[in-house]
Formats: sequence, C-alpha cells, structure tokens
Amino acid sequence: MIKYLLRRLVNYLILTVIATLFAYIAASSFFFPRRKYLTSSEPIPEASVDAILDRVNMNDKTPVLERTWRWITDVFTKPWIQKLNEDLNGDWVMHQLGLRAGVSLQLLFAGVLIGAILGVTLGVWGAVRQYKASDQIVSYASFVLISTPTFVLGLLLMVLTTWLNNSLGFQLIRFTGAYTPGVEDGLPKLLDRLNHMILPTIVLILFSAAGYSRYMRSVMLDVLGSDFIRTARAKGATRNHALIKHGVRVALIPMSTYFAYAFGTLVAGSAFLEIIFSWAGMGQYGINAVQVSDVNALTGNVCFTAVIILFSSMLSEILYAALDPRVRV
Amino acid sequence: MPEPLLRVQDLSVSFPNQNGLVRAVRGVNYEVHEGEFLGIVGESGSGKSVSSMAVMGLLPSSAQIEGSITYRGESLLHKSDRELSDLRGREISMIFQDPLSALTPVYTIGQQIEEALTLHNKNVSADALHKRAVELLKIVGIPGAERRVKAFPHEFSGGMRQRAMIAIAMANDPQLIIADEPTTALDVTIQAQILEVLQKAKEVTDAAVVLITHDLGVVAGNVDRVAVMYAGKLVEKGDVDEVFAQPRMPYTMGLLRSVPNMLTAGKDRLVPLEGRPPSPAALPKGCPFADRCPAAIDICHQEEPELLGFEDVPGRTAACHRAGEIAAGTLTSADIFPRPEYVPHAIEDSDALAPIVEAEGLVRHFPLMKGSVFRRQVGAVKAVDGVDFEIRPGQTLGLVGESGSGKSTTALEIMELVKPQAGRLVVDGTDVSTLTAKQRLAMRRDVQIVFQDPMAALDPRMPVGELIAEPLTVQGVPKAERHRKVRELLERVGLYASMADRYPHEFSGGQRQRIGIARALITEPKLLVLDEPVSALDVSVQAGVINLLEDLRDELGLSYLFVAHDLAIVREISDYIAVMYLGRIVEYGPVKDVFEHPKHPYTRALMSAVPVPDPATERSRQRILLQGDLPSPTETITGCNFASRCPLRPLLSDEQQSRCRTDDPAGVSHGASRVACHYADEISRLDNVDTSNLVTGAQ
Amino acid sequence: MSTNNPAPPADTAPDLPQDLEPTAPLSDEATDKKRERPISRSQLVWRRLKRKPNFWIGGVVIAGIALFAAFGGMINVYELNEQDIYNFNSPPSSQHWFGTDSIGVDLYVSLVHALRKSLLIGFLAAPLATLIAAFFGSLAGYLGGWVEMLMNWLVNLLLVLPVFYVLMIVSPMLASQSWLILVVAIGAFGWMIMAQIVKNQTKSLKDREYVKAARYMGVGTFTILHRHIIPNVASLLIVDAAIGVSGAVLSETALSFFGLGIQPPDISLGVLIAQGQNAAITRPWLFLFPAAFLVALLTAVNLVGDALRDAIDPTSEVNRA
Repeated sequence: MIKYLLRRLVNYLILTVIATLFAYIAASSFFFPRRKYLTSSEPIPEASVDAILDRVNMNDKTPVLERTWRWITDVFTKPWIQKLNEDLNGDWVMHQLGLRAGVSLQLLFAGVLIGAILGVTLGVWGAVRQYKASDQIVSYASFVLISTPTFVLGLLLMVLTTWLNNSLGFQLIRFTGAYTPGVEDGLPKLLDRLNHMILPTIVLILFSAAGYSRYMRSVMLDVLGSDFIRTARAKGATRNHALIKHGVRVALIPMSTYFAYAFGTLVAGSAFLEIIFSWAGMGQYGINAVQVSDVNALTGNVCFTAVIILFSSMLSEILYAALDPRVRV
Repeated sequence: MPEPLLRVQDLSVSFPNQNGLVRAVRGVNYEVHEGEFLGIVGESGSGKSVSSMAVMGLLPSSAQIEGSITYRGESLLHKSDRELSDLRGREISMIFQDPLSALTPVYTIGQQIEEALTLHNKNVSADALHKRAVELLKIVGIPGAERRVKAFPHEFSGGMRQRAMIAIAMANDPQLIIADEPTTALDVTIQAQILEVLQKAKEVTDAAVVLITHDLGVVAGNVDRVAVMYAGKLVEKGDVDEVFAQPRMPYTMGLLRSVPNMLTAGKDRLVPLEGRPPSPAALPKGCPFADRCPAAIDICHQEEPELLGFEDVPGRTAACHRAGEIAAGTLTSADIFPRPEYVPHAIEDSDALAPIVEAEGLVRHFPLMKGSVFRRQVGAVKAVDGVDFEIRPGQTLGLVGESGSGKSTTALEIMELVKPQAGRLVVDGTDVSTLTAKQRLAMRRDVQIVFQDPMAALDPRMPVGELIAEPLTVQGVPKAERHRKVRELLERVGLYASMADRYPHEFSGGQRQRIGIARALITEPKLLVLDEPVSALDVSVQAGVINLLEDLRDELGLSYLFVAHDLAIVREISDYIAVMYLGRIVEYGPVKDVFEHPKHPYTRALMSAVPVPDPATERSRQRILLQGDLPSPTETITGCNFASRCPLRPLLSDEQQSRCRTDDPAGVSHGASRVACHYADEISRLDNVDTSNLVTGAQ
Repeated sequence: MSTNNPAPPADTAPDLPQDLEPTAPLSDEATDKKRERPISRSQLVWRRLKRKPNFWIGGVVIAGIALFAAFGGMINVYELNEQDIYNFNSPPSSQHWFGTDSIGVDLYVSLVHALRKSLLIGFLAAPLATLIAAFFGSLAGYLGGWVEMLMNWLVNLLLVLPVFYVLMIVSPMLASQSWLILVVAIGAFGWMIMAQIVKNQTKSLKDREYVKAARYMGVGTFTILHRHIIPNVASLLIVDAAIGVSGAVLSETALSFFGLGIQPPDISLGVLIAQGQNAAITRPWLFLFPAAFLVALLTAVNLVGDALRDAIDPTSEVNRA
C-alpha cells in the first residue's frame, strides 16, 4: 500500500514538473511582456527594455527554447529564493509565493473542509428524504449554486453586505482585503482577520457544498438500492441503522475520488474570489500575471497550484485506501 | 393439523408504474411447517422472489400488498418496521442470490456475522461474538475460519461468500430460512457444495427452509414439497416425488419435458415449450398459460382456473381446467407435448471425413499487468494451456468446464484466426498462421460464432435485417442478395421474414438467440462456434433453441464447437466431449463413452454435481463433492493441476500420491477416450466413497 | 437526478426485485397478433424525459433566453452602444428597461447582444469539445496501448493544471483574434474529461459481444467505431454536449470577466458583468441584470442536462464526476 502511494506521489511529481514546464513554455510563447514598456507614458529606450527583460529572462528577442533552457538551469542551480527568477515588479517569485501561499490556503482550507462536511451531510439527507419538499429545496438550491460562478456570487454577497452594513450604520462585516491595515495585534487583529474571511469563505463553502451534496446524493441513491443494504435489513437492522452503518459508509468511497476533482475547480473559484475581495493571494498573483504578461509570476502560480492539487490528490488517494479495503493490497 | 410456521394467504403484490399496476403476485397461498423443506419453482418474472420479499417485509414501499402473511399465527403485514426488524434475522432469515453484492464490501466477514448477532442481543461480549463467528464459519465449512473471519468479502470466492451468507442467516438459529436462488451464480461443483451446506444449516438450526429457484434439478434433490409459480400465481403444488412423476398442470409438464436430464440426454429429443410468460403488466384474460398451452380449450381463454385439490392425493393441488382429465390419465404429457423427430443427416459417415478444425497444443496466456501509468507484467493467466482437439464435418464437439477453465477462451482463439501463441490451428485444411489478411477475411465466411448473451450480442441500435446481413456486408455481397438471404434465414430459424426491420429490443431472449444464429449462418459457414448459446435463456426456451441447432446441423452438415457449462445440454447435442480444467483438456472422447464411463476424477465429480430433475434418482445418486475452489490460473502448479481438489488422490497410496504432485499427466488413450490422469485405471475406487464430509467438516 | 418512478420514498431500501424486471410485452412467433409494438429506446428516453419537471423548467428558461437574445432587440428603440446623453446612470425605467451605464448606453440592448455572443460561444464550443472527445476517447479506448497511455497522461496533466489556467495562458493569443478562436480554444481544452469517460465506455463496449462479433466478421476498426461504438455512446455524448454548454459559457464569462476573453467593444455576458462589477454597489442594476441572466441560463442548462442524463441512463449518475 505504502509502495503504491509512493508510486502515485512520484507520478504526481512528474506531472507537476511537466505542468510547470508546459506553463512556462506556453506563457513564454504567448505572452508579450514588452507591451508594458511600449505603452508607458514616457518612452523607454529599447536597449533598457531589453536589459530589463533579459534580466528576468522574458526577452522576446531571445528564442523560446533558449529562454526555457536558461529557466531550467536557473531552477537547478540558483539558490532557493531565486529559482523562479523575478516577476515584473522586481520581486523574487519565490518570495511572493511564500507571502501569498498562506493567504490562499486559509481561504481554501476553510472552504474545502466545511464545504465537504456540509455537502456530504446534505447529500445523505437529500437521498434519504428523496422527493420530499426539503430534498427538493436543497436540490434546486444546489443547482443554482453550482451554476453561479464564484465571482458572481461573491459580488452579489458584497452588494447585500453593503446594504446590511449601511442599514446597520456600521461595518458589521468587512470584505475588502484580507485584513484592515493598522489594527493592533492580538485578539483585535485575529477578530479582524476572521471578519474579513466571512464573505469569501461563505462563497466557497456554498459553492463546494453544492457540488458535494449533488454528488453525495446520487451516490447515496445508488447505494440505497444495493443488495447489501437488503442483507443488512434481512439480518434485522432497522432502516436507519442499515442506511447509516452500511449505506453512508460505502457511499463515502467514491466521494474520496470526487474530492480530488472538486478541489481543482475550487482552486480556480478561489482565485476569482481573491480578485473580487482584493486578497493578496496566489490566485490574484496568477490572474494579474496574465493581465500584465508576467511569465515568471504565472509560472510560479501554476507551480504552486499544481503542488497543492498534488497534495489534495494524494490525500484523496489515502482517503480512498482508508475507506475501501478492496484497494488495500 | 398443527398451526403452520408460516401461512401465506391470498397474497397479492402490485407495483404501480406509469401504465397502471404491475401485478407481480396474484393471490398466492402456501404454508410452511416446522422443519419442512419447501421449494418454489418458477421462471424469471413469475413472482417467486417478490412473494418471499413480501414475507420478509422488504418490498419497496410503493408495493401494494394484499392478503395475509402470518408467522406462528401472528400477522406480519400489520407489524411496524421495528417489530419486523426484531423478527428478521432472529426468527426468519434470508439468503440472497448474488453473494458478491449482498455483503457490504467495507466490513470483514466476521464483523458482518457479529452484526447479525448484536442486532438481536446487545449483551454479548466481544470475545463471545468472535468465538461464535468463527464457529459459524466452521459449520459452513470455511477452511481456516480463525484467519478468514478477518477477511473482507472481496477476498472470498463466490462459493465462500455464499457460505458466509448462510453463516449469517443461521447465526441466530432462525426457525425459517428463505433461500432465494442461492446457487444461481455459482458453478455446478460449487452449487453442489452450497446445497450441502444449506442442508447442514437446516439440520443444525432445525429451521424450515424455503428454496426459491428456477432449476428443477436443484429442487428435485433437496425439497420435500414443491410449488410451481407462473405469472404471479401458484399453478401446482404437492409432494416433490408426485409432482415430478405425475405433473397435473400442463406448464409443469412442459417444463419437465423441456429440461434436459444429464442421465438420459441424447436418447430422446427435448420438447420445446414455446412462447413466453405474459408480462405482469398486461395479463391476458383467462389462464395466463393458455397462449402457450397445446391443450388449451375455449374455457382456458375465458376463465382463470383456480388452484384446486384432488381427491386421490391429499395435499396435491393444480390450477388447470383439464386437471381432472390429466389426473384420470386421459390426457398425458406425451399427448400435450409430443417429442419432435430428428431430421435426416446430410452427412452420413462423418468420422471418415477430414476434420474441419484441428487444434494442436493450442496456448493462450494473458499477461497480468499492474500499475496504471507505468504498466508492467507481473505474471500470466494461463487461460488455455496446450489444448488438442478436432472436429469433423457434421459433428459437434462439446467443450465443458467450470468458469475459469478456459473453454470460452479456446473458442474465441479459433475465431481470431491468427497464429496461436504456441501450437497449431488448422481450419479446413489450412494452417491459420499462413493466412494473408485477404485469405483470413475470406475464411471468416467459413467460421462463425453465436454468443451467450442474446442481448449483448446484437447491437441494440441496428435493425435485425442489417444485423443479420452484417457478415455479408463485410464480404461485399450486393444489397439485393443480402436482403434475399436475410429473409430466407429469418424463416429458417423460425422467425418471420417481415421481422427484418424490427430492432433487437422487440424480441424475446429466445428469439434474439435465433437472430444471432441467423447472422452466423448467413455466410453459409462450415463451422459454428457456439459460446454458451442457451445459458442466458429460461429453461423452457432452451429446448427450442437446442432443437433448432440440432436440426440445422443435421440438415446443413454443419460442425459445431459447443461451449457450455451445462453437461446435460452437452450430452444432448454433442458427438464428442472435451472436459476442460484450468486451461487443459482432462478428458476427451465420444459422448457416450465419457458419460457412461468417465475416467478422470474431475469428470466424475463434475457429473455427480449436476442436479438431475428426478427426485428418486437424485436422492440415491452417489455424490462426489470437490474440495474448495478452482485454483487461480495465475498459480504455477507442479504436477497434476487437479491434485489439490482430486477426490481420487486421497484413496491412493503415498507413492502414487507423490507422483500426482510431481508429474504433470499427459493425455493417454483409454479406449476411445483420452484421459489426462495417471490413475485413470483406478477410477473405480471412487465408486463407494462418501465425500460429503469434505465439504462441511474436516478440513 | 430524480428517477422515473413518481414516489418510492426510500423507506425500504431494495429496488424492485430482479424477478420483476419488466419483460417487454413482445409478440411471439406463436402468437403474433399485432399487439402494440414495444417502444424503442429513444421513445423510452423521451417518455422519461417528459416526466421530469427539471427538463421543462430548464427547457422553458433556455428557450426564453434564446428568444430574448434573438428577438429582444426588435422591441427596443436603442442601438447597440448608442449613448443616451440625457440618461447617464439611469436606473431601470420605462425608457430604459434595464437602466443605463455611466455613458448612457442602454443595458437592455447590451444584454441582448451579450447573450447572443455568450450563447453562440456556449452552443458552438460544447459540441466541438464533445466531437473531439468522441473521436479521441473512442479511439483510445478501442485501440488501447500507447494511444490510451497518451490520453491518460493528458487527462492527468489536466488534473494538476485546471483547464481555466490553460485557457488563461493561451488567452493573450486570443485577445487580438475573432471570437471564433475563443470558441475553438474552449472546445480544444474542454474535451479531456469527457474523452476519458468515452474511453472507459468504449473499453467496456469493446468487450461486448456484438463488437466482438463484428470483429470476427472482419469489420475494420473505423467501421466498428462509427457503426457500433459511437452510436452506443451517443447518449452520453448528447448529455455531455448539453452540460458542456454551461461549462463553455462559464469559461467565456470568467475569461472575459478578467479581461482575457472577449475584448470590448465586443460584448458578452462576461464583459458586461466585468463592467458592472465596479458599479455593483452604487448602481446594482448594471451588475444584477447580467448576473441574473447568466445564473438563470447556467442553471437551466444544468437542469436540462441533468434530466437528460437521468432519462438516458438512470443508473449512470455516479459515473461522472
């Protein structure tokens, strides 16, 4: 089993490397960082633009292959902080990643964890109460939520919160940035941070819970008709006992696979939220990078994304093995 | 008479669907007395499972149940789910058909047995629970019970899972065990073991058993009383000997005459029971069997007969307007279902002709792969491991064996028409390894196949005419010619030419199999490979297809490679038989010789495991039960690959036994047969052996 | 995901015992009395489909939005990008039904045009992706070997690199091009997961006896694929194309929202929402109307896709992640 997991890990690591390399090559080919300097109000001499771009290895006058080679050499030879070079703002990409990772992860973590638990619970509940009004309501609500992009939902909540704050006369819920600058350390700072987390976290929870509940409900409905539930009933188990001890337990198995899939969509959704709520996180870094054609920043972002998805996939594999004795060999 | 344990009265079960009510069970009456063994027989859709699920109270809530079900005088239909849950598993327990899906995959066998105990008694210590679970596994004959109690269901074979199911069912010493097709998914040797275990469970718990099955053979050997169900109703009931000897309802008669009996097959033709049961959603007026009944008279189409008793035999009932005539002997089975005649043979002396197929040392190993991204080979499944046979024009070779014996792979290997991994395959005088692509395509005309599952073998999205014509399309035959041949063949296989524009779903299973046969015949082949052609069909339909195949062979001079697990059918249709075990042919010879004087211990065991639809014979027949399951074909076995399960080996001297362990026996001629056993001459030692202890005890 | 039976509240777990599997009422050779012919698969699907409220709700909403996009412009007096200099930032009124923006452009007219573009993109990109998926999926499934391996790697790669990131990376290339290139891009990067499903289906179909039968008759690979395999995964593909519409619209919206997809002055739902975003709090109509149409459209598409999936194969709900 451990051997299997290690093999999967190696497999994912290779994929991560390929994904990062692919992102670098693609971005190097498609991005045009020079535009930033061409459009600036006072013209910059071409030679100095070349110098800037050369320093960060983004000069379009150098062939992509050559730049890629330099990039690979950098990754292997440079000290840790310099591995991914500088972004267009002149900061080490690795440094930025370090600063921003925590911001993104706290958002993702809360969204995934609470969303999954809530979603699974709602799914079971819906399946057991199939076609009753409560099931229908949850069902339609999750349909609407799945169909709402996170940035739309985020903006909507912002509008509602503003109305709420305005009608209350004070800022009950704050939603710009990850924190209010200048709040004193200690408890006030913690509370302030939590306050800022409320809206984006709600959006992520709703979004992921909706997905989980749809999936769990259908898996559960499938399981409800299984022969082993019938066997449990024939042994003398009451309906609830059979459903929970046998049904839910088995229905959780495919959920571990869904977890990895859902995580991928959540990463993108969470990136949108960072932009909307002005969080200086990973997603914001990445989307900004595309907007200003910052090859290095984007590559860093892709690498980070690939790594956290790698972790979530490994987690899902471990969960799968823990839940299903059939794969434990 | 004492109050019966279970009394089912006027039980009706209907399911609403969009077109109205589906009446699955319509007024069923029966009792089960303490310690009795009752068999309920019926084809699929007869309502036999629904009625027993009603007894358990496990029907979906959409089911509308009428009538009464009383257990020890108490009505079950009026109990709450909680009260019923208390009864289920403690008083009445149930064994289901498919033992893989019936056990929860994530809990160990031990946990599932223990759950059955704790559900009814919370105050048992963990230690006592464990002990009881181990004990139960020992009773049902699972070797190494202490170890196996910790195993998960997927680590058990099908037979072991079914044993575990029985262990769960008997955990609380119930008074009534309902077994719903408990052996249907299992191989015949495993079936014999399971039936033995079921008998043992009955002895140990003293429970009454209701055995629900479609297999008359299984009923014959086990039950005291039998009830026959048709279209949601009981149509005949009585003592098992009487019902089998003198059926009094034409359906039972037809069923009994259509089922091949392994002991007598090949002498008399099978009698087809034409048509199929009416849909429970659209029952005709009158007797539901009238449309299929050759003895139907006017009243049969007007009024549904009731299940009535007879004066001469108490306890015997039948639902037929003409039951009186039948009982009086003026209307007999032979009158209603006369045996069809054999057709004249197109080929007279086929033994003198050159074989149409010759296989020599045919090998097919499948690599066993591991890993999803970097795949690598970790072993080989020796599906076919050196097989020799030949088939001459006009003859049928029956290839029998349990699942995993490699019989289907052998058949498909011929269809590939490519050079085998090892050995030689000669079709119609040409070694297939020398064929060019064009020649191979041409040869495909001569070799055609009919598959097992008539549903899966026909593309559901193509009209039947196109399906049948497909082999000709490939061969580039013009359209007009194709149409003509399709019409001709549809008639040939007993359908109508006008059916060519219909789709497969519009046909019944038997009809679909006929379509499959028509498709195979359209290129006028010389050899037909029949891969379990009737095993997916209901018993009553099988006979018609088998007869059709026999007629076609004899009239057209076809050769068949007939792959089947059912020995009775093989005996019926074949001229030669090859018994396969783990990729090898262990016995090969003329059907008569092999069936009358089997010389390989495996053949003996296989034959004794086949249930015969005749209660008297079935009770007196000697049984040779095999130990355990088929070994995995990935294992490397030195010596004889049957040695681990061989019933003959324990009877041999130590010296002889060690030879079985070290020497791989090759096929050696014994009379007209070829037998792969060192001690085929000593087979008579098995004559007086009781091997039933091997199943349930000392392992 | 409602199943077809109106109401078995699942208080007893088992399904109908197999014993009761409806045997299609067929005429037999012995008793061929011109009974009602059993229904075909497509009829059956339609029967199930039309009993699903989700299908009707979704269908009506989609039809309404499509009609609005097609003909909504005819009942309004304003032209696209025409500025009403007397009405900047006007809330919804009888004159400007959905209000105007800061330069007096009528939102109703913009929305009609934006919907047109988004719907076109969705309804073109999704079938494109499905076609690619059908081709590669069935080929990989049928041939196996390195073709399958290559696809596995591609799909796995996509797992660590979400599609949106790929689209983002190639977006600079799209910016200067026609919107049709965007359709191609969304289609070209949206097929992998479906292809994986088609591949798995094909692998199981490949072992079906009718495919084997065809092979033993000597039917060629591509003929088998188009005659026996693709038609039998067609239902899956229809469902995918339907649900894919919402994915494609979503991709377009998200890309355009961040300025990476449709570029102003060209207009789409994403562009409109992006423009409305800053005004969301002060002039909510600029955000709420396009957002509401987007959510309604996506929800409707998902409802129809879901109903379709249930109707086509009530047992396969779990096969899709």
